[in-house]
Amino acid sequence: MNDKKSYAPAPETVLEKALTPKRSRLEEFWALFRKNRLAIAGLVIFILFFATALAGLILTSGQDPVFDPARIRLQEKLRPPLSRPNLDTLRPEEAPRLGMYLFGTDDLGRDVFARMLQGAWVSLTVGFVAVGIAVLIGIFMGGIAGYFGQVLLKLHHILAGGLLMAGIALSVADRITMGILCLVLAAVFLLYPLRARQFSGNPAGPAASGFLELNAFSVDTLIMRMVDIMICFPSFFLILTVVALLPASIYNIMIVIGLTSWMGATRFVRAEFLSLREQDFVAAARALGVGNLRIIFRHMMPNAIAPVLVSATIGIASAILTEAGLSFLGFGVPPPHATWGNILSDGKRFIFDAPWLTFIPGTAVLVVVLSFNLFGEGLRDALNPKLRERR
Amino acid sequence: MKPNGHPLISVQNLKVHFQGDFETARAVDGVSFEVRPREMVCLVGESGCGKTVTALSILGLIPVPPGRIAGGKILFKGEELLGLGESDMQKIRGNHIAMVFQEPLTSLNPVFTIEDQIGEAIRIHKHLDGEGLRERCIQLLQDVGIPSAAGRLNDYPHQLSGGQRQRVMIAMALACDPDLIIADEPTTALDVTVQAQILQLFRSLQQKRDLSVLYITHDLGVVSNIAQRVYVMYAGVIVEEGKTGHIFSRAQHPYTRGLLASLPTRSKRGKRLYSIPGSVPDPAHKPPGCPFHPRCPHAIETCRSRFPELYDYGDGHLARCPVLFEGGQEAGENQPQY
Amino acid sequence: MMSFIGRSFAQKTITLVFVSIISFLIIHLAPGKPSQADPLNPKFTPEMVERFRQAFHLDKPLHVQYFYFYRDLFTGRTVSWKDNRSVLAKILERFLNSLPLFIVGTILTWTLSFPAGIRSAIFRGSLYDRTTTFISYLLISIPGFFFAYILIIFVVTRFHVPVIGMETFGVANAPWPNVIMDRIWHLLIPAVLGATVGIAELSRYVRSQMLEVEGQDYVRTARAKGLPPDQVHYKHALRNALLPFVTMFGLILPGLIGGSVIIESIFSWPGMGRMAYEAILARDYPVILTVNFVSAVLVLIGTFISDLMYMLVDPRIRL
Repeated sequence: MNDKKSYAPAPETVLEKALTPKRSRLEEFWALFRKNRLAIAGLVIFILFFATALAGLILTSGQDPVFDPARIRLQEKLRPPLSRPNLDTLRPEEAPRLGMYLFGTDDLGRDVFARMLQGAWVSLTVGFVAVGIAVLIGIFMGGIAGYFGQVLLKLHHILAGGLLMAGIALSVADRITMGILCLVLAAVFLLYPLRARQFSGNPAGPAASGFLELNAFSVDTLIMRMVDIMICFPSFFLILTVVALLPASIYNIMIVIGLTSWMGATRFVRAEFLSLREQDFVAAARALGVGNLRIIFRHMMPNAIAPVLVSATIGIASAILTEAGLSFLGFGVPPPHATWGNILSDGKRFIFDAPWLTFIPGTAVLVVVLSFNLFGEGLRDALNPKLRERR
Repeated sequence: MKPNGHPLISVQNLKVHFQGDFETARAVDGVSFEVRPREMVCLVGESGCGKTVTALSILGLIPVPPGRIAGGKILFKGEELLGLGESDMQKIRGNHIAMVFQEPLTSLNPVFTIEDQIGEAIRIHKHLDGEGLRERCIQLLQDVGIPSAAGRLNDYPHQLSGGQRQRVMIAMALACDPDLIIADEPTTALDVTVQAQILQLFRSLQQKRDLSVLYITHDLGVVSNIAQRVYVMYAGVIVEEGKTGHIFSRAQHPYTRGLLASLPTRSKRGKRLYSIPGSVPDPAHKPPGCPFHPRCPHAIETCRSRFPELYDYGDGHLARCPVLFEGGQEAGENQPQY
Repeated sequence: MMSFIGRSFAQKTITLVFVSIISFLIIHLAPGKPSQADPLNPKFTPEMVERFRQAFHLDKPLHVQYFYFYRDLFTGRTVSWKDNRSVLAKILERFLNSLPLFIVGTILTWTLSFPAGIRSAIFRGSLYDRTTTFISYLLISIPGFFFAYILIIFVVTRFHVPVIGMETFGVANAPWPNVIMDRIWHLLIPAVLGATVGIAELSRYVRSQMLEVEGQDYVRTARAKGLPPDQVHYKHALRNALLPFVTMFGLILPGLIGGSVIIESIFSWPGMGRMAYEAILARDYPVILTVNFVSAVLVLIGTFISDLMYMLVDPRIRL
């Protein structure tokens, strides 16, 4: 019916011009993000908070800090914000740097502004380190469950793992000999098949150990059951217990919050990996003979990282809240060091006489946590076009 | 202009735009067509050319925002639909104009029974209830060829096969005896054998019930099977229209010709099938002039700048290509009569 | 169905065993000792410490202690180290105190967040939607203890009602309407506080579920049938959007025992959360472990109930 020769392909340039998107992914993301005013506000506050915390660290630490959060001036206690110091009763080095108490003083006459500065760093590091730990564990566990999930564990793997864990537990529990025995047994157990294979060339090993080769369950099952177990613990209660039993230190708080909040990230990464695994570009990479690690880190991770980033941002918000709650209850950072939680906690006895001791740290926590939440939601909307349509 | 009869529905210069995050997509960009009483009309085009959007805007189902009817008229029995309020539109939807969607699985609500979903339109529009409603549902299911209809009433959609689900969708569309059924690629999601059955069902229903059907598809094979008239749509505009026989025997638009050339037929056995180079333009970045010119083998300089009008080949056959209309040698033996 | 129940029962039992082992290890391997067993504590003589250690099997190896502890727990013989009272009786008493807080809080959460979330979704992008969205973020972000003090200051200066504790001291002798009003005041503020985060999060979740469902094809089908908007939103969309929430009914259960440590300690409310807090401070291991164990059991029962509920409401799932 038609003369096919007349259907010469159109010039490539014309075709390409009509089809290629005009913006890169990053540009598009930024253009979208910029439209969300709440998220921009969140980002600005987040940057300010970061700068404040850094400045706070520098200005409040050292031998002779610019703002001394620990200097006690009993004669100047409970002065309201913006009040001027009574210079007659103060020695020169006791006078506040700004010429006034910007945020007032507490019941020991300490400068609340200096204490807030010092506390900002605590909130910042707790938020970031705790979430960093949680996200690292989450990516690791979720990645394994999502990518290698179908691998079946054999009984001897479990036996070795059990021995290893028992060994560590016993060593910690002051039963060094038993512990080391277990560890050695585990090591032998792990190394034995290698040697046996080397010598006999028979991968099945002796017939007696045949039952050890039985499949028990998959890696995915193992990891998801671990998640289930962790979810059974009431998290704030668990954190409280551990923090109360361990010596007071900010690092313990970070680690404990991190160790108790990795489950969400694990689930995210696993779900993301499971769906990415099925996609054609991964299959194509595998067909080209690309190694597992390269597939994971070059091809899958960049695609899986967006939702993790979002949940990490929101996770920082909740970690800051948790830390503030712990400080409020009197756990965590040991006393002379200020945190926003313990400033509020110290001030609660004076809520009617000195409301600023409650309102300043409370508002600070609120604003920072809010900014992280808004920023995270903005990220989520801008990164996920599907959600964008439904906004 | 058009012979034989008053159109049941007439869409005139319809424009539907979608406001994106950065730019406006002109999904439907001046579409005109009509469906006459007791007529089976096909709207053909590649995916993404605006067929579904056209269908949805007839029923006022374009999500607003981001969608927006940017211009045009939709006259149903002479009455303008675009100006109607939501409650007046509700009296038309399902009652006078019904729609069958592409994906029968997702288009049926998973948590309600078949009876509930077929019956609710009747309850709303015809105020039928109780035993009468039930009998009508059974009758409808029998009409669309579902075996042991009475026993199926309390089933949920997931308990049916794909073909049966689409039959239920059709029964839902027939529920209030509409004048017009818009079928949006109703067979695309189905197996080939089931497709044929559903097509057969449409044809027999149309004849038995004096229905008008606007059948939207990308499959020219389906078109040749059922349609009396065809509209070929490309990038939001109608590029060619005419009786089915005319379109298939002497297409006058390079796009229609390309589509036909890419159909596998017996005569092309063993030869390489033709495919139109490139792909449908993004509705937000349409090329200027004729939207098809970047892919068109006949394109000349004016095609890049001037949007072509419809050229009349007589007997209701119109095509939007000046090159083939004027340059007779390209059209080969299908020379226009005048 | 039966095989599902059997499988999930077995799986949950195994999970529970691991939870019990891990919590036992965390408690017993943590540095430091309970004061009654600490040889450095001047209050107790070495003989007393020794007796204590023997009475509670602390001189035995860990795995034996574990065995003894859970045997006692299941036979109901566990006693608190602090006051030698039965742990279960103690928990029951505190649980009954926490129960009204929990009930009022849950009712507030579920009755407020659904209308708010559904309305937000239906009128998305409207002023109402944007306002509720911002307020939810505010409520999610505000530290509970800070919000508590704002409310206390507000209520005390505005209405001159003391709100600390379960009732005002000495009010028991007042006429009964006053007693009831007093109890309601004391109950309401902590319950509202306990519910705020829940309301904010649940309404966001309801909104996103509703939006998700509103975009589905079957909602379009319902509109194409000419149904009025109310029927489209509240019958076709809502019924589907509710599915995940039915399962959340099960997940309320763990909240029963959790209580809120912070809110209960601010309001001096003698509930579960405070008991747990005091037990932690006193290193009262049996109480800590029992609370932990009971709450793990509740979590598992909760997830089990939600699985069952899902099967009941979703016709697509049949086992």
